[in-house]
Amino acid sequence: MSGEKEKENKKDDIILKLGPRLLEFLANLQQVELEDFEMEVEELEIRIAPTAIAAPPKGTAPPVAVPAKVKPTRILEEDFVPPIEEYPGKVREVVLGATKSEGGSRGKTFTIGGADTPSFYIFEKPPVHPPVVSIDTFDIKVPLPKAIRMHVQEVMEDPAEWAKMAVNKFGADIVTIHLLSTDPLIKDASPSEAAKTVEEVLQAVDVPIIVGSCGDPRKDAKVFEKVAEVAHGERVMLSSLTLEMAEAGTLAGPAKAAKEHGHVVLAFTAMELNNAKELNRRLYEYLPPESIVMDLTTAALGYGLEYSFTIHERARLAALAGDPELQHPVLSGSTNAWAAREAWMKLGPEFEPRELRGPLWETITAISLLLAGVDIFMMMHPAAVKTMKEIVNNLMNMGKAKPEKIADWVTVKI
Amino acid sequence: MTERELKKSIKEISPIDVYKLLPRTNCGECGFPNCMAFATKLVNGEVAIEDCKPLLKEENKQAYSKLKELLAPAVKTVTIGAGERLVKVGGKYVMYRHEFTYHNPTPIAVDVTDEMDDKELEERIKKIEGFSYNYIGRTLKLDMVAVRSVSNDPDAFKLTVEKVAKMTDMPLILCSFNPSVMEAGLVQVKDRRPLIYAATKDNWKEMAELALMYNCPLAIFAPGDLKLLRSLSRTLLEYGVEDLLLDPGTFYDEGLSDTINNFTMIRRCACKKGDELLSFPLIGTPITVWTSGEISKEIIQWKEAILASMLISRYADLLIVHSIDGWVILPQVIWRFNIYTDPRKPVSVEPGLKVFGKPDENSPVLLTTNYALTYFTVESDIKSANLDCYLLVVDTGGISVESSVAGRYLTADTIADAVKEYKLEEKVKHRYLILPGLAARLSGEAEDTTGWRILVGPKDSSGIAKFLSEKWPPKEGEE
Repeated sequence: MSGEKEKENKKDDIILKLGPRLLEFLANLQQVELEDFEMEVEELEIRIAPTAIAAPPKGTAPPVAVPAKVKPTRILEEDFVPPIEEYPGKVREVVLGATKSEGGSRGKTFTIGGADTPSFYIFEKPPVHPPVVSIDTFDIKVPLPKAIRMHVQEVMEDPAEWAKMAVNKFGADIVTIHLLSTDPLIKDASPSEAAKTVEEVLQAVDVPIIVGSCGDPRKDAKVFEKVAEVAHGERVMLSSLTLEMAEAGTLAGPAKAAKEHGHVVLAFTAMELNNAKELNRRLYEYLPPESIVMDLTTAALGYGLEYSFTIHERARLAALAGDPELQHPVLSGSTNAWAAREAWMKLGPEFEPRELRGPLWETITAISLLLAGVDIFMMMHPAAVKTMKEIVNNLMNMGKAKPEKIADWVTVKI
Repeated sequence: MTERELKKSIKEISPIDVYKLLPRTNCGECGFPNCMAFATKLVNGEVAIEDCKPLLKEENKQAYSKLKELLAPAVKTVTIGAGERLVKVGGKYVMYRHEFTYHNPTPIAVDVTDEMDDKELEERIKKIEGFSYNYIGRTLKLDMVAVRSVSNDPDAFKLTVEKVAKMTDMPLILCSFNPSVMEAGLVQVKDRRPLIYAATKDNWKEMAELALMYNCPLAIFAPGDLKLLRSLSRTLLEYGVEDLLLDPGTFYDEGLSDTINNFTMIRRCACKKGDELLSFPLIGTPITVWTSGEISKEIIQWKEAILASMLISRYADLLIVHSIDGWVILPQVIWRFNIYTDPRKPVSVEPGLKVFGKPDENSPVLLTTNYALTYFTVESDIKSANLDCYLLVVDTGGISVESSVAGRYLTADTIADAVKEYKLEEKVKHRYLILPGLAARLSGEAEDTTGWRILVGPKDSSGIAKFLSEKWPPKEGEE
């Protein structure tokens, strides 16, 4: 602080300390006496408005401990400077899908990540790549909440048709095919059978795809290896590789297969950044970092979403601060929102219609994580997908607000 | 004069900094063994400065005000209302919740207007007061009423404010840009310290006079113009109005980015730049979506709920909404509750065998995981149904049932280990274990590993009471 400013502040201090005493004097004596107090006159301006002397404050408010001020008669102009910060790090970019010229057969590809500011800090910089939406489909008939089932009923036993519907009717950027049939506790379908489904989906749609597994660390490894092979060059994302696979000694196989056949992997950990970093370190042994997307776990609104929200904020800030092990794009399984009973359960007539409450639950779960920094969403309800895309679009650019549209909200008749 | 020297952020303040300013007598009046323990609690925001009674004595006045200054939040705390129902808004220390727990959960105000007749008013206020949802043992409610002058007629507003004040003791927000209308309303609620909404570039002087005269907090409305917002903030501070709230405008649709970014910039200016003109609570008004001209009521409600939830995430300290339908309000109050919890609180609970009611050797044994929210949900369902039972809480590393089955944290083996570790066979005579419906696929294997018969319970714990009334005691294999 400059000497001049320090002096200025000291002056303010004196005035503040004197304030109550002065007011007291004024109230009683209507004149100022300064006893035992020496100072040079130009050092101290006594800022007391004439009106305050004439009519000391009375009534409800207790005497205030600040000096009375001259009431301004016009607006005192101030400026506003956007609070821009610099960040040493940025999130890596990961490409999903590959076109013919890139060795695949996709009609389009998506690049995700690349963030170099906190999420949607447009005043600093618009996002390099807008977040994208994948729609979940399954290779066996799964129990789905009614609000979702009603939209996909007719395609639930045909993954290829389901994928087409997700893209053509519901606007999916990407399609996820979950190979639940491979679960040893469900159908124990073979890796070849599962891989056949993947081929069908790749033929049915020309968007990039994500291949989901059943969660068994041994079986998943075999399935991923086969899928990687049959989808050679398509740059699909394998969902997901885990620390449990590392523990079971099955991580190397699918990771190497992903590299060999040019795919991306999703590294899943359960809401713990140290684990996320550890899994990434293990994966760096086999894969370039540009092939790794992280899933830090999405809990439903009401069932831990705040933990997901905070871990995503922390991950993005750590990436911007320069932690290379967290500089990966992140994925949210927002369909998990339907695990919340509030998304589907009867809660009484005052909480109806559930047909709206459910998709709203999914939407708010996803949008909250959008603001925390998620790059790619797995979603299911068509209305939630549509809203997500609209909101991303509306968030991309500042300066489109029309103040006159809301200026009179107080008097609007609803 | 507008940017104070950046003081230590709450994270940089150590208990020692605080301890130095305490009486250091270890009197124990606060309920903690010594002043250092109290200092630690104070730094963590778990107790208030005023909980140290000796500090309030005259001789400690200086230390008290120093401590107040040291621990002052980056965003001022403003109180609205009076008596038991008063709400505190603002009082934020940080931008991100992992840095320090957010304080003062965003109150949600619902509007009424001066064009509603008595019956309409009464019904709406009853609905606002009556909204209630039981969430993991807590009751979630709405907080305030915003009275809007639609007629722009002082007499009509006066009458409506008078009626509303009689119907509810919730804190009020009086909404009009017309000072004569505002004053007509204020006269009716002199002792209730309502929020005056709002001062604008045109009416600021009259509104400032009213705020001073009636000792009320004052909102500044400067839609989309942060320069004007700062100018008005400075002007009103100079005028002597200290309890300000800021409304930079809640734009929807194509204006959404401006809304979110304006709120974010203001909060960053307060927390990181020490900008005193922007260090006030922020008002979000998702109610503006009702000005859009959209015809479908459900679409407007849908947008209002999403806008409100986004503003709860991005820095609104107070919200004004219109829709009061349960499906619209529910996600807002739950998200608000969630995001204001202590982020340091563990995601998991202690595993073990929990006892509910007075179970005996014939009582059912249920099983769940130690994910905090799963556990609290099950607990709240068991308690509200007054069941006598055991609940075996398996250590899944704090993961929910569905995810822990998928991720192999909950397996036939971990179930068998838990049955053994917590000595289930000593507690009950029967050998039946009830698994959550979402873990149904483990039932076969778990029968082998535990040697117990497995019953597959409901997928959602809300169905436990019904399940037990139909299926317990089990019919087959009875002695």
